[in-house]
Parts: sequence; C-alpha cells; structure tokens
Amino acid sequence: MPDLWSDLLPYPWNVAAAGVVAAALLFGFVGVSTFFAIWAERKVSGRIQDRLGPTRVGPFGLLQSLADGIKLVSKEDHAPTAADRFLFKLAPYLAFCASFVGFLALPFGHGLVAKELNVAAFFVLAVLSSEVFGVVLAGYASASKWSLFGGVREAAQVVSYEVPRALCVVVPVCVAGTLNLNTIGTQQAGWFWNWNLFHDPFTFVAFFVFYICATASCKRAPFDLAEAESELVAGFHTEYSGIRWSYFFLAEYGSMFAVSGLAALLFLGGWHTGFLPAEATALLGFWGGNLLNVAVFVGKCWALVLVMMWMRWSLPRLRIDQVMMVCLHYFLPISCVLLVGVCLWVLLVPAGAAEVVRYGLAFGSVGFVLLMFASAFRAPPMSAPPGRLPGAWDGRPTPLGADASAKRG
Amino acid sequence: MSELGLQPFMILSAFLFACGVVCVATKRNAVGVLMGVELILNAANVNLVAFARFSPTFRLDGQVFALLVVVLAAAEAAVALAIILNFYNNHATVDVDEADELKG
Amino acid sequence: MSLPVVLFALVATVTAVSALGVVLARNVVRMAVWLLFTLVGVALLYFLLGAEFVGAAQLLVYVGGTLVLVVFGVMLTAQGPLRELRTRPADWAVAGVLGVALFGLLVTVSFRIAAPPPTDNPLPGPGPLGLSFLGVTEANPTGPVTGVPDGPPTPRTPVAYLLPFEVVSVHLLVVLVGAAYLARAKRRVRA
Repeated sequence: MPDLWSDLLPYPWNVAAAGVVAAALLFGFVGVSTFFAIWAERKVSGRIQDRLGPTRVGPFGLLQSLADGIKLVSKEDHAPTAADRFLFKLAPYLAFCASFVGFLALPFGHGLVAKELNVAAFFVLAVLSSEVFGVVLAGYASASKWSLFGGVREAAQVVSYEVPRALCVVVPVCVAGTLNLNTIGTQQAGWFWNWNLFHDPFTFVAFFVFYICATASCKRAPFDLAEAESELVAGFHTEYSGIRWSYFFLAEYGSMFAVSGLAALLFLGGWHTGFLPAEATALLGFWGGNLLNVAVFVGKCWALVLVMMWMRWSLPRLRIDQVMMVCLHYFLPISCVLLVGVCLWVLLVPAGAAEVVRYGLAFGSVGFVLLMFASAFRAPPMSAPPGRLPGAWDGRPTPLGADASAKRG
Repeated sequence: MSELGLQPFMILSAFLFACGVVCVATKRNAVGVLMGVELILNAANVNLVAFARFSPTFRLDGQVFALLVVVLAAAEAAVALAIILNFYNNHATVDVDEADELKG
Repeated sequence: MSLPVVLFALVATVTAVSALGVVLARNVVRMAVWLLFTLVGVALLYFLLGAEFVGAAQLLVYVGGTLVLVVFGVMLTAQGPLRELRTRPADWAVAGVLGVALFGLLVTVSFRIAAPPPTDNPLPGPGPLGLSFLGVTEANPTGPVTGVPDGPPTPRTPVAYLLPFEVVSVHLLVVLVGAAYLARAKRRVRA
C-alpha cells in the first residue's frame, strides 16, 4: 500500500497517507457491510419465517439500517447507577477495535492489503480473539446479573473455541508453508481445484470445522449464549442503549466478515474466481484485475456471512453445557486429528494419488452443489388439499381443527 | 529504525519492571499480585526482543526466549489462578495477608 | 524525527502510562484494563522492532488467553460489587523506594551497555524461528524472513532449541493437569 503513494509524497508521509487511506477504506467497508448485513439479516429471517421483513424505508426496505441508525444515535446515552461508568463506556469501543483491527492484515486482492504481515493468519486470529475482552468488561461493568452471566459465558465459550479454530487455521497453513495470507491467496490462483479446500480430505473437513468454530467465536446462533434472550434478557448488552449498543453490533458483524474473509483466503481461493486460468491482474491489468479481485473476495465474504444468517434462523440454540461439550469433546479432538493428518498427507502421499484425490474432491463438491440447486428447482410446490395444513406434514395431512377438537374431547 | 537505539527500549523495560515490582509489593489482592508478575515478565520480554533486534549474534535467540517466556507466563497464570481459587474456596478471601497459616 | 522514533514515543508513552495505571488502580478489574493496554502496547513494540511472530503470540496468548483468564479469576473471587483492598501507607513507601531504586539501577546499567551499532537487517521471521525449535537452523540467518529459508539449513547442535521446546511442552501438559486438579469444584470449608 505505501508503494502506491511513494510517487506522490516523500518518505514518512507516504506511509502515513497509506495508513490513513487504508484505515478509512476498511472502516468504510466494515460500516457499509454492517449496514447491509443488518438489512440482509432481517430479510433472511423474515423469509425463513414466512414474513416479508423490512419493506417500508427505501426500495425493499434497504434503508432500514439508516433509519435504525438515526434512532440509535438520537437515543439517550444511559448507564446504570451501580455501573463502573469508565469501563461501561470503554467496553464497546474495545470490542469494536478488536474486530476492526483484524481487517488490517486481510488482503482483499493481489497485494491489496493494509499491512502485509508475514504472520497475517496468526495476527488475525490473535486480534479477533481479544474481542472477548470488550464483552467480558461490558458484562462486568454493567453491574447487572444478566450481563455478568452473559460476559462469563462468552469468556468461557470464546476461550474454548479459540483452540480448535486456531488448529483448523494451521491445517491450510501446513499445506501452504507460510502464514502470509497474501502468499496463501496467491498460491490458490487459477482453477477452483487449486483451492486449499480441495487439497486433501483433511483440509476439506477443516474448512467446515473452522467455519463452525468461527461462528461460535463470533457468538452467533446457535452458539449465542452470551445474549440468549430467552434466559438472559440480552446477555452482556442488556444495559446498553443507543450508540454504544450499536458499536457492539458493528463489532459482531465486523468479526463475522473478518472470519469469513479468513475462511475465504485460507480455504476458498481468496480473491480468485476459480474460473480463470491465471491471476486476474495478469489478464486484466492492475486496476481491472484488482477490481474483479475485490469484488470476488467481498462476494465470498458475503456468501459465508449469509450462510451464518441461514444457520442462525434455522437451528435452535444450544444449551451452555452442550456448547462447551461440542467444543471440548468433538471439535478439539477432530481438529487435532486433522492437523496430524494433513502433515502426514503432505509428507507421505505420492503426488499422483494426491492429484487424483484433489480432482475427485473438487468435481465431487461442485457436482453435489449443482445437484442441490437442481433439487431445489425440481421440488414440488408446497400445497395442501383444502382443509389440510400445508408443509411438513406430508405423509399424513392433519385436518385443520382436528387437534383442538381431539384435545377437547 | 536506525536512529532508534537500544537505550529507549531498555529504559521503558526498566520502567515496566519497576511498576511490576511496586505492584507485587503493594497489592493485597492475589490477582493484583499476579498482574504485577505479568508486568515484570513483559519488561524482561521487551528487553529480550530489543536485544534480538539490535545485537547481531542474538537475532534468533532473543525471539525464542521471548516466545518461551510468553508461553510459560500463560502456564504460570493458569496455575496461580487455580491456587487463588483454591485459596478463595478455603478462606473466602483473596487477601494475600491472610495466607499466614504456616507462620511459626 | 523519523517515523519509527515518533511511533516509539507514542507507543512507549501509552505503555508506560498504562503500567502506571496498573500500579495506581484500586479496583482489580480496572487494573486488568490497564494491563490490557500495557500488553497491547508491548505487542506494538514487538511489531515496531520487526518481531511480528512474537507480537502476534503476545496478542493471542497474553491478551486473548491469560488476561481473559485473569478477569475470569477476578469475577469468581469478587466478594461484593467493586470491593477494594486498601494498602497501608507504609507498604506504599517501602515499595515506592524499592521501585525507584530498581528503576535508577536499571537505567544506569542500560547507559553503561555498549550498544552494538543498529542494523536495518530485518529479524528472522516465523520460518527460521519454527525451524530453530527443531534445532535445524543457522545461528544467524539472513536473507528472506518469510517462509522456509532458502539454501540447506545447517544443523546447530550446541544451542538447538529442540530440548527447551520439548521441556516447555511437557511443562504445559503438567500445568494443565495441575491447574485442573487444583481448581476442580469443591465444597467450601466452613470454619
């Protein structure tokens, strides 16, 4: 990034200008993404629950987040009397800073990164894991039992899920031989079978384990015990209102995009379409290629975030002991096995066999995805005979009102 | 980086070390004492990494030592917290001045 | 004033002020917050020095792990909302004298040290660092700081870090078992 400015400005100032521009761009990206992600979340939840979602503000309700934002900014900035006011005010900014700083090392295109670090994958993990501190502080400083429970649950959950998440990041890093995300992305150039996802069975499984652990460490449903509203009111942000509350939301969506970006870079080919034989910058020139790169990368991030939303509105919330057990009994051993397995695979499996497995996995997955899409279009329209309930009661339609009359009788 | 020498890092490290020592000496809360120890370890680490940067024969060793210190500090914190929790279970306090059962 | 000097001044000030905050804060959770800023400041110093791996390890292990654990400990041992334990003035005096004396001593020593001439050679990165834990890297690696160093790595028997690495690993395992044993749920002994 500083190289782009070195023609215009002398030495210390080009670095400073690059820093300011990168920070502004990233802040803009996080803000705009959150803006539309909140709208998308409400639309997705609405459609899944057979509602319309927001429709009033702007076309398709697109400006709903703007209206919500104006409402949040104009709300009273309120803190409980017993709260530790300094920590109460500090906590949302800490959470937001942690999830924002993670973007510093994420490349959006070939060399398009705010600061290219040799340990970028490790750095992103490290920074994202410190987001929990803001949540714990919020829980403590609110001087409310619901908040404290939420904060302590969040601490236990995130610290546990960090371990399998980090182990799953190491799996593609073993394949790539570097922690530099830019290099890892560049290695996956070309056709989609070059993606680390299809490198071997272990990276294939590691992607799914990583994605679930990342969902858990973003405290998204079905792992959102820190804000389980059916038991803890709103968990750690029970006492927050207005702009501070919205910083927690920015932090949550920011870290969702950050882990999705990390997953895209480590497993899904980063900024590569998968359908071009070479690096896009080599085919379309610097600006055209990078425009395509950024669009592809942001598209992949959005796809993964949308899957998180889909999971949130489809799956019921786990209990806290189930959340911990899933991590410690299943994900931790699985990720250890994956790590050992991928090392053995890289060392022992001959190149020809590895290639066969790679093509098999790649074309198998693509075929599976195409089949799923086809089946969605082939599915018969959901209709019920008159007087019967539609939907899931396919085999034995229930007459409307039969249940109630049976109970009464 | 060239005009920034070793001394500033060593002075900062000395300051962190002094803060850590004062913290260990004055805090009566056991968790506070633990945080003082963390400060002292960080002071040592700043020195180690600065030596690695500025000394041509210590380039790898300084970083390796710093990493080992970070890892061992985490282990130390885990054990210390376990002891503190145990102490709290037995004495219903975390005041280190209360831990005088072995006094003759 | 070059950029590194300005950055160092900024980061060092933040680190020192928050270290002072750790000492002066009465409330344990506030101490933890000041300690958070100190640790992040120290991590930034590592990045400034070019030791990126150590900086990221500091963030991951210290900030994301140890400090959260410490705050967890504070919450489990809190006796009332925001309870404070006062320190006696005599303790403050003794500790203050001790701290100032140690600081003076260390600063004097740091000026006595003949600092080697600063180089612009970047520090070895995660690749050489990881290989050194296996005892197979050069004493003073130069060249690329990323990934695997080019050229055959030479075995370095006298000061290989394989043994310390294994010792630390076993130590961590022992600590894990020990901490789990010590902190297991027990009924409180009533006097």
